[in-house]
Amino acid sequence: MKMDRWRASARRILKLSSRPNPAPRFTRDHSNPVRYGIVSSGLLHCSGGSCGGIRCYLGHKQSLSDHLQARAFALGASLIQIRCFGSIATKIQRNPKFATINSDDIRYFRDLLGEKNVKQDEDALLAANMDWMRKYKGSSKLLLLPRSTEEVSQILKYCNSRCLGVVPQGGNTGLVGGSVPVFDEVIVNLGSMNKVISFDEVSGILVSEAGCILESLVNFLDNKGFIMPLDLGAKGSCQIGGNVSTNAGGLRLLRYGSLHANVLGLEAVLANGDVLDMLGTLRKDNTGEGSLGIVTKVSILTPPKLSSVNVAFLACTDYLSCQKLFLEARRKLGEVLSAFEFLDEQAMDLALNHLEGVRNPLPTALHKFYVLIETTGSDEQSDKEKLEAFLVHSLEGGLISDGVVAQDIQQASSVWNIREGLPEALMKAGAVYKYDLSIPVEKIYDIVEEMRNKLGHSARVVAYGHLGDGNLHLNISCPQYDDAVLAQIEPFVYEWTSKNRGSISAEHGLGLMKAEKIFYSKSPAAVQLMASVKNLLDPNHILNPYKVLPQSLSFP
Amino acid sequence: MKIMVAVKRVVDYAVKIRVKPDKTGVETQNVKMSMNPFCEIALEEALRIRESGLASEVVAVSVGPAQCVDTLRTGLAMGADRGIHVEFKDGLNPLSVAKVLRALVEAEKPGLLILGKQAIDDDCNQTGQMLAGLLKWPQGTFASKVTLDKEKRVATVDREVDGGIETVLLDLPAVITTDLRLNQPRYATLPNIMKAKSKVIKKYTPEDLNVEIKSDLEVLQVTEPPKRKAGVVVSSVNELIDKLKNEARVI
Repeated sequence: MKMDRWRASARRILKLSSRPNPAPRFTRDHSNPVRYGIVSSGLLHCSGGSCGGIRCYLGHKQSLSDHLQARAFALGASLIQIRCFGSIATKIQRNPKFATINSDDIRYFRDLLGEKNVKQDEDALLAANMDWMRKYKGSSKLLLLPRSTEEVSQILKYCNSRCLGVVPQGGNTGLVGGSVPVFDEVIVNLGSMNKVISFDEVSGILVSEAGCILESLVNFLDNKGFIMPLDLGAKGSCQIGGNVSTNAGGLRLLRYGSLHANVLGLEAVLANGDVLDMLGTLRKDNTGEGSLGIVTKVSILTPPKLSSVNVAFLACTDYLSCQKLFLEARRKLGEVLSAFEFLDEQAMDLALNHLEGVRNPLPTALHKFYVLIETTGSDEQSDKEKLEAFLVHSLEGGLISDGVVAQDIQQASSVWNIREGLPEALMKAGAVYKYDLSIPVEKIYDIVEEMRNKLGHSARVVAYGHLGDGNLHLNISCPQYDDAVLAQIEPFVYEWTSKNRGSISAEHGLGLMKAEKIFYSKSPAAVQLMASVKNLLDPNHILNPYKVLPQSLSFP
Repeated sequence: MKIMVAVKRVVDYAVKIRVKPDKTGVETQNVKMSMNPFCEIALEEALRIRESGLASEVVAVSVGPAQCVDTLRTGLAMGADRGIHVEFKDGLNPLSVAKVLRALVEAEKPGLLILGKQAIDDDCNQTGQMLAGLLKWPQGTFASKVTLDKEKRVATVDREVDGGIETVLLDLPAVITTDLRLNQPRYATLPNIMKAKSKVIKKYTPEDLNVEIKSDLEVLQVTEPPKRKAGVVVSSVNELIDKLKNEARVI
């Protein structure tokens, strides 16, 4: 293999990575496609067995863009784990009824969108074909960047008539492989549709195009004294259309409710090209990310920005205390409580070792559980007193063993960075198996402990999540992807969740990862209904094929 | 030895500030206020010196309106032993603050004064220097490293200057102002927050200290800097030269 070129590029990566990165919570940016190529395509032909020892090189064609600095990619040893897709893709076959792209298609799209917005070059396709976790990789040969709803409508109309599979894509930050092609589906990326259409300063109703990045909306609203009702770690790259399609959860769900509650209207394009304008008049129920239509515009109710935000980071000795703390917080902090997150000792350890610029707010001891509480209100003085009184009471009552209260916005951001940076830390630590489970609050940690018992030393079980919403993010971290480990995890984790009346997809969505697993959380009748709706709105099944619903139902 | 640290209540560093419509100043209503970041660093340094056994007490001082008490409470929660609040509503300037601090120094007799190098609201970078001048004490400003020698009663201070780092040796008592890289301020832990409630904050007015607060400066107008204009992509070298010559007028 071309070792010299690899060494040179690795050196460059290390050099770029050591540049100081200002990195407050906002600059996590995965949106810019990093230019890298895989030196030998032969590497991808892993035979579905154990992937131990398979590594991928980072070669480069031209100079690496500055965006390689983005901490999303592992540095240090400069070898990145790329999942062996053989084990996934061999289970699904490409459906022969989907056509393949030919030169007439390309010509049509070029005429419709202009040369610039029809991408066939390897660099652009590489980034669009791979998900953020680098777990799923498609082989699409065509990336389209429509600039208006009309263009989206024409694209879908054409694809529907030709029976070409389509994957709607936004920021590509999804964690279940829902936003990348499985085979050669056409990728329709809405990133160019990023205009804010209108904002009513009295009611707080924001109307924007689907490709607006969440963080830019937050900045726009900040000037007007409002906030977005959702907040997630991926805010620097995720687009609002994707958030809405997935009904993303996030950190503020506790306070503002899910997007269902806040999305007032949508404009979407159906598979046959019909434009459904329900912007502001009806509420649309979009379950099944990207499989019923492509969202092109959203109308969102934004809450006013309140000036007093307080963040506390606390330590608890066991999970029971975390729960009791939550109950107390609900009662004592009441309407000002806006977030309640927990992370365990393993998660904290990971964050401290793999995230840059993060320091332990409670360095005197390593605690078993950490809780992050945020309050948002309009009176700085009274909120702070309320929070401190609650914390002192909890300390005296033994619910918490230690804690800190952030004294300014900088400290608050640092504390949030620990929690929000966990997915990234996991990526840097090696291979990760990620599960997003909704479980009755009192049982959340049971699965973690059972998993630890089962896996022993072969992998590290890391747990964190939105305790307030009963949402656990279970992550199993190992140095490499290993089917033996996977066999221990699945289907055990799904069965356990199902037995305990939980959901296997609390907020991430089903995507490709859990397409066949929906029966663990929904009854056959409910799934049949979903399939019927899908058939009604997308009879040719061109939108996001192979995902969300099991194969058997998709092609009657 | 007693260390006195002066802290200022300012608009939080992370807030996007806006100019008031009447252009008399910056909007401070309904805006998050916090301790000046350099003052936090100053307080942290004082606490570390006390923890290493070279000082016995850290006193935090703030001059300003009633809400300064919140800032002092933060200081006490970080670990200061007691606080002093000199209440004055509006119209402070570095020289007046320096005079107030001088009066307090005569009352408290600290062995070391640590201040932040500048406040992020006015960026004056004057109070520490003026105070040293009034007291006729040595000063080590823009400190990035402070080492005390108790026996010899001197302080070695590394200063960040334009040309690099300058090291000065100061006889105590002295005034030190802190720069960004000196340390990373600690979080206020709950046990300390609890203890802070029982710590004392003494109140004074400028009259009590025989200081008259007046200013020789009058603020005429506060405006935002001009907005950055968008760049223009030129399509050829000739066009670039044309624009440089005729629009930007730099060649």
